[in-house]
Amino acid sequence: MHESDLNQYLNELTSMWRIRHFEEHVAQLRADNLIAGSVHLCNGQEAIYVGTCAALDLRRDAVFPTYRGHGWAIACGTPLDALFAELLGRAGGVNGGRGGSAYLSAPDHGLYGENSIVGAGAPIAAGAALAATFDGSGRITVAAFGEGAMNQGSVHEALNFAAVYQLPVLFIVENNRYSELTPIASMVRSDRLYSRASGYGMRGVRIDGNDIDTVRETAIQAAAHTRSGGGPVLIEAMTQRLVGHYFGDAQLYRPDGEVEQAREDEPIARLTRLLAARGVAQAELDAIRDAAHQEVAEAAKRALAAPLADPSTIEEHMYA
Amino acid sequence: MPDTATIAEPTTLSYAMAVNAALRRALAERGDTILFGEDVALPGGVHGVTRRLRTEFGERVFDTPISESAILGGAIGAALMGRRPIVEIMWADFTFVAFDQLINQAANVRYVSQGRLHAPLTVRTQQGATPGSCAQHSQSVEALFAHIPGLRVCLPATPQDAYDLTLAAIGCDDPVIVIESRALYHSMKGPVTFGTEWPTIGGARTARPGTDITVVTWGATLHTALAAAEALHEEGLEAEVVDLRWLNPLDDRTVLESVARTGRLAVVHDANLTGGFGAEITSRVAENGIPLLAPPVRVGTNDLRIPAAPSLQGAAIPNAATVAERLMKACTAGSLS
Repeated sequence: MHESDLNQYLNELTSMWRIRHFEEHVAQLRADNLIAGSVHLCNGQEAIYVGTCAALDLRRDAVFPTYRGHGWAIACGTPLDALFAELLGRAGGVNGGRGGSAYLSAPDHGLYGENSIVGAGAPIAAGAALAATFDGSGRITVAAFGEGAMNQGSVHEALNFAAVYQLPVLFIVENNRYSELTPIASMVRSDRLYSRASGYGMRGVRIDGNDIDTVRETAIQAAAHTRSGGGPVLIEAMTQRLVGHYFGDAQLYRPDGEVEQAREDEPIARLTRLLAARGVAQAELDAIRDAAHQEVAEAAKRALAAPLADPSTIEEHMYA
Repeated sequence: MPDTATIAEPTTLSYAMAVNAALRRALAERGDTILFGEDVALPGGVHGVTRRLRTEFGERVFDTPISESAILGGAIGAALMGRRPIVEIMWADFTFVAFDQLINQAANVRYVSQGRLHAPLTVRTQQGATPGSCAQHSQSVEALFAHIPGLRVCLPATPQDAYDLTLAAIGCDDPVIVIESRALYHSMKGPVTFGTEWPTIGGARTARPGTDITVVTWGATLHTALAAAEALHEEGLEAEVVDLRWLNPLDDRTVLESVARTGRLAVVHDANLTGGFGAEITSRVAENGIPLLAPPVRVGTNDLRIPAAPSLQGAAIPNAATVAERLMKACTAGSLS
């Protein structure tokens, strides 16, 4: 393996561990009632975020994920302290606690906002791409959503809108098989969601979303295609959640053994196996995991020590 | 556009062409504006409001699929990235198809991001019943928008306001809903002064001075209220008619000051009564402890669906005669004091 390839893999492993540890910390903070409200964790889906962001120029590109968006935020480079602080309702959160876990944004890092309305970010991402056709920025946008959003009218409208004007948008379907708590297969007659792309006149592809190489290389190709005026692309990235839809989801709807099987196939395990097979020492792989853990733990600690959002500010920023 | 030598001279325009003139000026003077919606570009709009703009401004003016979520969401996304989109939702009733994009999305952007993001979009739509318009093309829905913090809402009632309020909306850095009147588009003509300044949002207008009762209204209902005021005048009573123009920001000072002088209040709107914006005006007058000589009067459509047949519509929606009758009663009630 070339050294540059090795370094890329090691960086990707670090990024995925950072996301995984972040989510595990969030689960603990939620269990301890230090975080209030719903949290939707992305454990197991990390390769989609890290792989896609490798194809983006986040100084100009814009990402529009869903409420399961912590992984996107971290992959975009949002500082962990400010993310934890946001979830913890602290003044120093990326949105000063106003967004929370499910509706945060960090535009300085290309993250133009999670969305807690299923599918609603897709037309907004198309609009952000529309702006690029006027402003000469060369921007592309990413509309990321779960497979369940493919049954929302707003996503249909966005796909057609983007196709009609050949807008530079990557529509990324994070297909973790469950639309909230219901299997997608029982809610569509054809579960080959990527095949809908041809109906809109755009490229569509289904990929292994747990394979970092596949995600990265597909995203790079798709980004180049859409950035050069080739029109939007629909990428259906197959993955699995290792956790519930929300924290506290008993997951009674999942068959016995499914999550255990998914642990074998999740992206960090796979990349770790790949690197070990190519001669990276186990000690180095462990060190990467532990360093990411420490980085996350320290960020959480700092955020917990930070002041809460100030109630005297609630009237601010309502209007221009 | 007129040159600066003639800019102060009023031009007679229809309400629709006053909106058109505002859009033309915005597109000409602000390079960040784009205009899109269903049938707005090549056809020039189903009501002709956007005629010729495509020819003049090319691809900055374009037609869209019949996709209200994509239109509004697209406008939000473009606005986040520094464009200043102006979109048309053909009928106010159609906003419900995509309320999410206005209420859950546009209205939240600035507040939740602590002002790091903003969405300066203008949504033009039109409302009201006209003879034969069906129940899904007839509603007066301004209260639904005015209830949502984060959205600015205005209802121009004259060609001059159609011009000024449209420009103010486009210049505003908040999302603005401009609710036009289909009934007035081509039926109403009036003087329009273009001016050199770019108008700003807010401010009620006293459309008719009076001493006996304050009538608060907005949008096309202004003309019903003015006709009713004329009928009162025949009876020796002078109604002061306040055209709110903007429901957000709300100029309640003008209302309170007027009611304090007249001692009587009526609110008149085409929208139905329950939860109508008239209730908000009445509450503010009460809350501010303005002494009233008679109980406040609310005139609106009863809580009905809107029927299509002209005779039925006529019975459902306030007209000058029914408004005048209610105002008269209010003016005579408690007048012994």
